[in-house]
Amino acid sequence: MNADFLSGPIEESKTYCLTVAARYENLNSVREFVGWIAEQIGMAPKSVFAVQMAADEACTNIIEHAYGGEGDYPIECFCQVTPQALVIRLHDHGEPFNPLEVAEPDLTVSLEERDNGGLGLFLMRKLMDEVSFTFRPSDLPSDNILTMVKRRTA
Amino acid sequence: MEVTTQNFKRCDLVQAVGRVDSYTAPTLAEAMEALVNNGRYRIVFDMSGLEYMSSAGMRVLISTQRACKRFNRGEVVLAVVPQRIYEALELAGFLGNSPLFKLYDNLPAAIGHF
Repeated sequence: MNADFLSGPIEESKTYCLTVAARYENLNSVREFVGWIAEQIGMAPKSVFAVQMAADEACTNIIEHAYGGEGDYPIECFCQVTPQALVIRLHDHGEPFNPLEVAEPDLTVSLEERDNGGLGLFLMRKLMDEVSFTFRPSDLPSDNILTMVKRRTA
Repeated sequence: MEVTTQNFKRCDLVQAVGRVDSYTAPTLAEAMEALVNNGRYRIVFDMSGLEYMSSAGMRVLISTQRACKRFNRGEVVLAVVPQRIYEALELAGFLGNSPLFKLYDNLPAAIGHF
């Protein structure tokens, strides 16, 4: 893990980046990275937990869906601090996967009928204030960008 | 994450310590499946040692609950759920009007459920 974000105060004009390989063992590093920045800018513990969980769920989806499984493909996690919010952008270069097109899980059906899928996306949308997706096929390699925003005062 | 299993007369106790995410959830799933495959389908899951659980862990709980409920009085109950994980389970809709799991705030009460 790049350690330059582990010291010094967070500056609002700067964007902090952590790049990890698309492997589940790296989820903890991503959670620590976004959690550290959220803590540094004074977000409440509940919000720190929310951004960590949302980033975890997003990376899990990238590994599962965009890259079709674990591998040495990059996931770039950018954190930008604005006066109002923490903006997390996750870039991957896999298959276009628009999480917003996936149906929400039906939480009202019984356990027997419930489909396990879609829960991570559902949680991302609940945990964050804004979730959006863009795909740039013209870039080589193509670029999926998931942007998640968490307001600093909730 | 570390998982331990303890057999009691009427139920089994599964304790996990650490973080459950997509990396560690398979270890928890293995422990749960081992019990069910041995005909042990009354399970207390002690969550007091957990710092974190993502949807990967929730999926393990759902599939274990589904497997246990196929048997007579089979069930997974949750004990000592940490605050943040409780909130995540609530957000996921696990604790609504017809909760998917019974929750106990201490271990003796959870074991006494069976």
